[in-house]
Amino acid sequence: MIANATILQELQQKLGEASIAPQAVRDQVPTFWTSREKVHEVVQYLKNEVAKPYRMLYDITATDDRVRQHREGMPASDFTVIYHLLSFERNEYIRIKVPLKEDSLSLPTITDVWPAANWYEREVWDMFGIKFDGHPFLARILMPKTWVGHPLRKDHPARATEMGPFSQSQEKVDAEQEALRFRPEEWGMKRSEDGTDFIFLNVGPQHPGTHGVLRVVVQLDGEVILDCVPEIGFHHRGAEKMGERQTWHTFIPYTDRIDYLAGVINELAYLTAFEKLAGIEVPPRGQVIRVMMSELFRIASHLVWYGTFAQDVGQMSPVFYCFNDRERIFDIVEAVCGARMHPVWFRIGGTSLDLPDGWEGMFRDFLKYMPPRLDEYDRTVMKNRIFKARTQGVGVMTVEQAVEWGVTGPMLRAAGMEWDFRKKQPYSGYENFEFDIPTATHGDCYDRAVIHVEEMRQSLRIIEQCVNNMPAGPYKSDHPLAVPPRKEHTMHDIETLITHFLGVSWGPVVPPGEALGAIEAPKGNNGYYLTSDGSTYSYRTHIRTPSFAHMQTLPLQCRGLLIPDLLAILGSIDFVLADVDR
Amino acid sequence: MNPTLYYIIVVFVVLMVPLNLAAILIWLERRLLALWQDRYGPNRVGPFGLLQSVADMVKIFFKEDWIPPFADKVVFVLAPAIIVVTVLLTFAVIPFAPSFVVANLNIGVLFFLGLSSLGVYSVVLAGWSSDSKYSLLGGMRASAQMLSYEVFMGLAMMGTVVMAGSFNLSDIVEAQRHVWFVVPQFLGFVLFFIAGIAETRRLPFDLPEAESELVAGFHAEYSGMKFGMFFVGEYMGVILISCMITLLYLGGWLGPWLPAGVWFAIKVFLLICFFILLRAALPRPRFDQLMSWGWKIMLPLALVNLLVTGALVLAFK
Repeated sequence: MIANATILQELQQKLGEASIAPQAVRDQVPTFWTSREKVHEVVQYLKNEVAKPYRMLYDITATDDRVRQHREGMPASDFTVIYHLLSFERNEYIRIKVPLKEDSLSLPTITDVWPAANWYEREVWDMFGIKFDGHPFLARILMPKTWVGHPLRKDHPARATEMGPFSQSQEKVDAEQEALRFRPEEWGMKRSEDGTDFIFLNVGPQHPGTHGVLRVVVQLDGEVILDCVPEIGFHHRGAEKMGERQTWHTFIPYTDRIDYLAGVINELAYLTAFEKLAGIEVPPRGQVIRVMMSELFRIASHLVWYGTFAQDVGQMSPVFYCFNDRERIFDIVEAVCGARMHPVWFRIGGTSLDLPDGWEGMFRDFLKYMPPRLDEYDRTVMKNRIFKARTQGVGVMTVEQAVEWGVTGPMLRAAGMEWDFRKKQPYSGYENFEFDIPTATHGDCYDRAVIHVEEMRQSLRIIEQCVNNMPAGPYKSDHPLAVPPRKEHTMHDIETLITHFLGVSWGPVVPPGEALGAIEAPKGNNGYYLTSDGSTYSYRTHIRTPSFAHMQTLPLQCRGLLIPDLLAILGSIDFVLADVDR
Repeated sequence: MNPTLYYIIVVFVVLMVPLNLAAILIWLERRLLALWQDRYGPNRVGPFGLLQSVADMVKIFFKEDWIPPFADKVVFVLAPAIIVVTVLLTFAVIPFAPSFVVANLNIGVLFFLGLSSLGVYSVVLAGWSSDSKYSLLGGMRASAQMLSYEVFMGLAMMGTVVMAGSFNLSDIVEAQRHVWFVVPQFLGFVLFFIAGIAETRRLPFDLPEAESELVAGFHAEYSGMKFGMFFVGEYMGVILISCMITLLYLGGWLGPWLPAGVWFAIKVFLLICFFILLRAALPRPRFDQLMSWGWKIMLPLALVNLLVTGALVLAFK
């Protein structure tokens, strides 16, 4: 099931057949294995030399393959490092796998090819203990410095009860405190230069401008930012580890809490990957319901962003107006799903329930209510001269930089690239909807705001089309792996009854394989890379989030600016700490 | 009435009214902001939540009065006192009605300018003595901002002094019998208003505390009643600036039908509400933008205003 093997043949011709071993996967992503000696060359070739190059480093992750049962067509490997690259010209991902043995867990870094690899490689080191030779600063990134072990290894406990009782002595507290002290030398920063002493200002983890537990250490000369170090991991909740001990079905609630502003969009990302893996087709009504709810949540997420961004540049009121509007959205979400922020409403193969009676009226009221409100915010925020003075020309990012650093979503479009995964790689039936991809040209904070505002209008357009053209028919697939299965046939034939019983009591058993499902979340590309080993549990759940990639670009954007600009940039990035740390 | 007794009453009223008004203002500001932001605001304590300020006061008095061990203790304690003292002292020269004034100084305008300059020390010393990076940045911003805005504040109000031919605030009011100075001195009025907001460190000029950037800026390390004094000082500053604008540009107590004091109160109240509305409406400019607007736009405009006023007054004399 290799969709596009030409790139693989090309690689084999270039680097020798022995060093490129293709693998069949369940998604359409060309996948191959190569050795650690060759990987740097392969990556370099794919980025710089091949026709229609793979310009974006989409993701780096790893799996602990030591206890994997089903490995047909794969070379022997204890740990596997997996690179995902994205080509915009081809509109295609490519997956590179590097097998490693337990006794020599190291491979060359690719930070010299992509500086963006820095955080990804640190995460792999942190989670698996795989060394990247030549990495500029291979330190833990999500776990605290004092952590022992590498959490995503299969022999690392997932529950506190497996770890022995916890005690906190004063020495331990002191050691933890000491570990949090910032030492500029470690980061290659000087404390003073030419007789000027620099201030190291600790912004966060508790700070009103960081929108959560983010710590940014800023090197200052007066109020001018010379450099900064974003420190993440305070919101790390081990979502990927949870994925390995929840069934495919019961993991859905955890996804809601990754980007906690985007609600069902997280579920859609996870289910897109899962349904590729299991080969489930969602019926049209299910697809349209999913699109409709997702776009509603996109507006909700953008509204929070809008209000808090205005708040970050000192405007006090818009955040209250935006939250009021979001409350209206939650009223609808509550009527449809029963819950508000974390509805957990999408299910494998469709949705949990059909739409309730009277849903259409609620949506139509909202479609009438929202556009005038957006116009009003344009007048109060977007046209405000002080707001413009604060945001225009601040945090500029070019398309080249954005692609280089794995930036997607509104930030990429603000820089000027017309790229929206809903249009370019349609999922859940987005190809059937009419909407525009807004773009801007400067890539500064103001343009990001322009994109967000316009996207809300486009989302309203999509919702309107959903309301007008809601198809009839089932809202959920009849596929045996759909959970929970539809009841209609259950009481009439024994096969369905047994599947129903197993699906509900154990959870669906998914055939071995792997799949990447990536969608356009409100903040950028959110992808789930799922590996099944033929059981009711995921063997490995990797979550690629946009905020992680975007947060890494913070130093790039704010060098040479002032502290207020740092907060404006942080506000404009549109990140959620749970989305950064997972 | 016995003149001594009269003065004692005046002093008492002038001392108590701003202090209590500041407390009510806290409630007023929260309610007005809530009104403009589609929410309720404090409405539980007493009728319409009016006793909210009392509850806040009780709380703030019983809070632990903590001085950080790394702070310069004497200066740290002194700083909040300075702001309250300077603002209260300035009220001494404010004529609330004809001859209802503590000290009818013939240099009332200069007295106001001098004391408001002293008030800057409070913020700077608070930022400096806290020995914390956020406070330091706030204090630095405060000194730069207030120094530069004080310059054209003084120049802007000189237009009214030239027209009235006196530094005495009562004389300036009396000179507005025919037309309020806001008409001939409109530019000066706008400049003084802007400088006044900067002087009270309120949004959009609240850079020294800039909540989303510097957490609380110069008073980040303060708690309990010392913080409360900064708080009250800020509100009294708002009242003071509103009083000054009323006196200099809006004809002070002048007005038909109603008694003089009532006219003064109405004008001051409307100005205060406008201050609050500004806070609800505007974002905060950046520090360097604020400085360059001050020096490159406001200061030349104030100078031009003064020159033209002076030339015209001379020409029509």
